Amino acid sequence: MIGDLITGYGFWNPLVWVAVMATGLLFAWLIWRCGESDYDKGTEQTKPYLSGNDEPEKGAVHIRGGNMYWGFTQALKGYYDKLVPLHSGVVNDYLAWFLIGVIVIFVVVIVL
Amino acid sequence: MNVLFENLPALLIAVPLFCAFLVPIIGRFVPKIRDAWIVLASLASSLTAVITAIIVYTKGTIVYVFGAAAGTPAAPIDSGGIPFRIIFTIDGFGAFMLLSAAIVSFAVVLYLISSQKERSGKSEFYALYLLLTAGIFGMVSTGDLFNFFVFLEINSLAGAALVSYHRRGGIAAEGALKYLIVNTVGGLMVLFSIGILYAQYDSLNMAVIASQISFSTLNIVALVLFITALAMKAGSVPFHFATPDAYSVAPSGITAAMIVASQAGLYGLFRIVFTLYGDIFNTVTIGWVVIILGVLSMVIGVTMAIPQKDVKRLLAYHAVSQTGYMLLGVGVALAVLGDPLAMAAYGQTAMEGGLFHIINHAMYKGLLFLAVGAVIYRTGVWSLNKMGGLGHNMKWTMIFFLIGALAIAGIPPFNGFASKLMIYESVFAFNPALSIIAMVVSILTLASFMKVFHSMFMGPQLPEYAEVKEVPKLMIAGMVILTIFVIGFGLFPDLVVNNLITPAADALINNGAYITAVLGGGL
Amino acid sequence: MIANLPFIAVALLIGIALATILLKKNMIKMVMGLAMLEGAVNLFLVSLGYRENGIAPIFTNAPEGADMVLPTVQALTLTNIVIGVATTALMLVLVMVIYKKYGTVNADKMRRLKE
Repeated sequence: MIGDLITGYGFWNPLVWVAVMATGLLFAWLIWRCGESDYDKGTEQTKPYLSGNDEPEKGAVHIRGGNMYWGFTQALKGYYDKLVPLHSGVVNDYLAWFLIGVIVIFVVVIVL
Repeated sequence: MNVLFENLPALLIAVPLFCAFLVPIIGRFVPKIRDAWIVLASLASSLTAVITAIIVYTKGTIVYVFGAAAGTPAAPIDSGGIPFRIIFTIDGFGAFMLLSAAIVSFAVVLYLISSQKERSGKSEFYALYLLLTAGIFGMVSTGDLFNFFVFLEINSLAGAALVSYHRRGGIAAEGALKYLIVNTVGGLMVLFSIGILYAQYDSLNMAVIASQISFSTLNIVALVLFITALAMKAGSVPFHFATPDAYSVAPSGITAAMIVASQAGLYGLFRIVFTLYGDIFNTVTIGWVVIILGVLSMVIGVTMAIPQKDVKRLLAYHAVSQTGYMLLGVGVALAVLGDPLAMAAYGQTAMEGGLFHIINHAMYKGLLFLAVGAVIYRTGVWSLNKMGGLGHNMKWTMIFFLIGALAIAGIPPFNGFASKLMIYESVFAFNPALSIIAMVVSILTLASFMKVFHSMFMGPQLPEYAEVKEVPKLMIAGMVILTIFVIGFGLFPDLVVNNLITPAADALINNGAYITAVLGGGL
Repeated sequence: MIANLPFIAVALLIGIALATILLKKNMIKMVMGLAMLEGAVNLFLVSLGYRENGIAPIFTNAPEGADMVLPTVQALTLTNIVIGVATTALMLVLVMVIYKKYGTVNADKMRRLKE
């Protein structure tokens, strides 16, 4: 069939995938359209409700990039504590790694 | 007209070089037409590359002998079978790399014209840019080892000079210096290995060396130095350290071009391992070395990317991680090169997946760097901690970034998914553990891009960015070109694989064809 | 033994150059180490091209029957010298810029880009 990418195990056809997704979205839209609209712009409805407190200022609501995946790095703390200092920024270290790589690969290739 | 077509491989280098040296002169005397000249120059060099690639795909390998009348064989009869002239040999793999370099370099020029408008020293900047293009084109089309080294050095020098172009309080110079030192050592190691090969075979021509090479300790030393030095150029762990340093400080358009420049190093690695050494070595060991380099790059690249706060540094670590996929795919093919059954069952697919990922990565990572560069161009902020809510004002940039992010994370129907699927399924047949690692890395990539997308574009409009506008049209145009390829390659992967990737993979696997093309059968 | 002398010199030079590059923290000295590495590779190339009793491939007034050497490696060396000059110059310029901005050429202090 046109568009079939043979991947060794099976195949992948993006055109069929797009068609299926489009049909799915169409049905979702049709079902959504059957609903009843009870949303009024410019009324109390549109304001965020924070247990009756005032809405904080816009800048304070946004979660900044540095706060994300704190849990991930914290869970892998042992790994990161070892890995991050290796990227020391000292150019001598970069070249030492190159030399280590050469020696290790050479030994591996000779021995095996 | 015919003369032009006969000398296309020479024009591949001549056009960008000639235009590069004219840029400062034009900039000095008629600065008004400089921008038009640069677009024209880049268009001309990209067109030359594309036409060359098309000719290679339709008519087979081009062997171009410099300074010889048309039709002269590469190895003249009176020379005793030694091709002593400089030779360009462009086969399927070279043509494929030319195509990817041509597309990215033209898209980046459109972007740069607009993003560099307010900067000083533009003439030299574009001259260096065209030199970088010439270096990439030369690396992927030469058939001569020393020539390869010269273009590698042109590539590194022009790249380092471009990285340091905007000083940013000295850190650009720092990144460029690290990149240059590391690549100079690598380049000298490549030259040293070339010396070792020349000492034994009295030739610099890849085909001649490939036809005579034998198994010896000296050749292993040369091979190891080649692999490590070129892996360093490509930015594979554990030689990747300078890559994020350089990418994070370079002007954004340049970083997109540096991706292709580093992939030229990958080209050299595959060319030397397959074509030069393909026949004689225990390819299982070398294959596993490449696979281990790939897995290390994937895992360490993506885990280092997750906690990054500088957005360009984050993308640079992802570039390291994606390089790992290419090494993994091609490494698996290398490991089973001696086993025709396994090669037919999954080796060929793994190879094609790895190569397909090269061109895909050039497109979507280029797009991501351009989109992030557009944000930095308008806000002047690099840190993800300070960004937010930019989607309100920069809708187009946001859409392009989203497309790039979905492509790199391997979400269908974009191009990253197609090549990653090929890699997963073929590597699974080779070793399931490797395939699982690759999938986990892909998930982490998606997680990391969620973070970038959220902290850059989502959230309420922040007061400090209320005045931010959409970027100029030319910058959008550069991104549109790459987006077309990201979506197009994603929707029609079978056409790309059958017409572009399979010839490239075949060219690498059958190194006999490469040798015959140059030496004409008998030696 | 005597024929291997140039190669021993090459090995020694590469060793010294790598030690300089790895151990010296002063960037200027590191660049010197890189120049030395380049010199070592050049010496390696030139000594590969040496042939006993060979003469330079100049046909004017060439003696009858003498063997000429193929001047490939000499050409390579010349090219590499030119490339080396460009690389060294660019590196020194970058070190200069860093010194102006950071006030140091010490590699340990030149690490605003890390992690």
